[in-house]
Amino acid sequence: MGRIPRSYLINRLITLFLTILIAATLIWVIPRLSPVDPADIMLGRMAAGAGSVANADQVLAQLRESFGLDQPMIVQYFKYLGNTLLFDFGLSTASFPTPVSSLIARALPWTLGLMILSVVITFVIGNALGAFMVWERSPKLVKVAIPAAMVFTSIPPILSGLLLMWIFAAQLRWFPLTGAYGLMVEPGWTWDFALSVLHHGFLPALSIVIVTFGFWALGMRGLMITVQGEDYVKLAEAKGLRPRYILYRYMIRNAILPQVTAFALKIGLLIAGQVLVERIFAYNGMGKLLYDAILDQDFPVIQGVSYVIILMTALSVFLVDLIYPFIDPRIRHEG
Amino acid sequence: MTEPRNVVLKVRGLSVFYATPTGDVRATDDASFDLYEGETLGLVGESGSGKTTATSGILRMVSSPGRIVAGSVELDGVDLLALKEEDLRRQRWSKLALIPQGAMNSLNPTMKISAQIADVIRTHTGKTPPRDRILELFQMVGLPGRIHDMYPHELSGGMKQRVCIAMGIALNPRVIIADEATSALDVVVQRVVAQTMAKVRDALGVSMIMIGHDMGLMAQMVDRIAVMYSGKIVEIARVADMFARPAHPYSKILIDSVPSLTQRQALRITGGITHDPRNPPKGCIFQLRCPYAAPQCREPQPLREINPGQLAACCRAEEILAGTAQAREIADA
Repeated sequence: MGRIPRSYLINRLITLFLTILIAATLIWVIPRLSPVDPADIMLGRMAAGAGSVANADQVLAQLRESFGLDQPMIVQYFKYLGNTLLFDFGLSTASFPTPVSSLIARALPWTLGLMILSVVITFVIGNALGAFMVWERSPKLVKVAIPAAMVFTSIPPILSGLLLMWIFAAQLRWFPLTGAYGLMVEPGWTWDFALSVLHHGFLPALSIVIVTFGFWALGMRGLMITVQGEDYVKLAEAKGLRPRYILYRYMIRNAILPQVTAFALKIGLLIAGQVLVERIFAYNGMGKLLYDAILDQDFPVIQGVSYVIILMTALSVFLVDLIYPFIDPRIRHEG
Repeated sequence: MTEPRNVVLKVRGLSVFYATPTGDVRATDDASFDLYEGETLGLVGESGSGKTTATSGILRMVSSPGRIVAGSVELDGVDLLALKEEDLRRQRWSKLALIPQGAMNSLNPTMKISAQIADVIRTHTGKTPPRDRILELFQMVGLPGRIHDMYPHELSGGMKQRVCIAMGIALNPRVIIADEATSALDVVVQRVVAQTMAKVRDALGVSMIMIGHDMGLMAQMVDRIAVMYSGKIVEIARVADMFARPAHPYSKILIDSVPSLTQRQALRITGGITHDPRNPPKGCIFQLRCPYAAPQCREPQPLREINPGQLAACCRAEEILAGTAQAREIADA
């Protein structure tokens, strides 16, 4: 406890680096197994746009050169690796010649905002509800209402998204249908913009929350039931401690620990689940970027987005590893 | 020993039943006894005889499917079973503390030892105790001060049990219930912890109910013994009387079963069938296994004074004490 030992930190950092390296390699290998040649696709697109392309062979060679596809695989790999680690993913083929990194830089804040918001809300709400389902002093209503609300958990996020969209945006018109902020609002650090962002982000976030909170609530319920039967909770009651204090300090504090681990492991899945939600709400985040890139066979963007998602997952696992000993005194940092 | 003393805890007609699909299990049935000021009462009986259920009834901590069916538990004249929940919470620990059965798991794994003692003091006095007060409590139970900032998993079983004792005396309660506080420990540690408990008890003059099935330990620790069989208290007597001349046939068998160091003899346990606890026999609870059972045993057998300070629930207690009762052979179950 206390400080994190240096040997442990170095150990963890090496693991983190290796994870990222392997992920980066896989991301590079998989698209290369595809029979599609990105230069061909670009040429095809140019041909479709202009009717015909003169000196097609030369253009093709030039395109290959500009993407470095003319070099031996091994050279391509190490170049790619070096660039990727520096967040240089090359140029997008679909929106040529925009660098992939700037596309990601534009999309990432939206996804992070939406994701962090919805993930944190889900985690907090889900665990709180799970805890209240077990707590003896919860109002009866809570114990009836929560299981009913869990019906939504079995709905895929796109359907819940469409449903919410239809009710609250199309019928009631409380929220905008699509987009991340209003067309009339100038992006910047203004209240108008912030309100617009919240207004637009509400439904996408809700559609994620509504289908995922049940996972946390059910998990927490099981953990709470186990903790409730523990001798230390019984003794806490015999000690005449206040019921709320027992709930927080003796029950939730102990029941939440495995949930934190699950949280870190789930982050990657949560981002993946968000792809389609972003798509239906035309929300300009990483999910939409990835979706469009797959349709356009825009390999550099697919690589870049996948890399960033893996990086975020690896980083969150790393962070949970570091903080876990602080929330559970029985776990130690050992190298 | 016979001078009248103040009764601290007065238990009357306490019944705790567990609901099962085929009827209520009468885990503790119509238990009555007094606990005097400064006295230690031992509650003994085999596993399942309702000792722990009786204490959870006294503490009003019976959890479902169990329930307190009847009775009163008066602590300094206040009936705990009739109190409102919030008033009961205030009485807990400040008046009536518990040294739990499983000290291994009785401490919150995510809280420091000191914090778990401090929180009960803070809740009941409204003041955070100074570090010195915690250290003083540690010292009383023979714990080193260095465990102040440790977590439960860093302590041995014996140390955790001492922490529970320190916690129990933190508010100078009127009564401490020690529920098999030493059963989970090995004999050496058991002895040391029992001594610690005795030392603390004598220093504070607190009344105590000790639950257990270790008759040897009981003989050394307690003033009076109450014997339970199948949810009923069958005999209450001073330790010396209980060992020298038990009045209830079941107590007699229980005491005869204590192995002797000097004499090697086969374990004698009475035969017969233990009744279904959902459907106890009419009259004496022990009649099906009792070697002295007679027709009059089908009548209810309340606890009655046989000698001064000795109560037994047996109509033939006098005959048994006099040695004139004829024993019958009982076929093994």
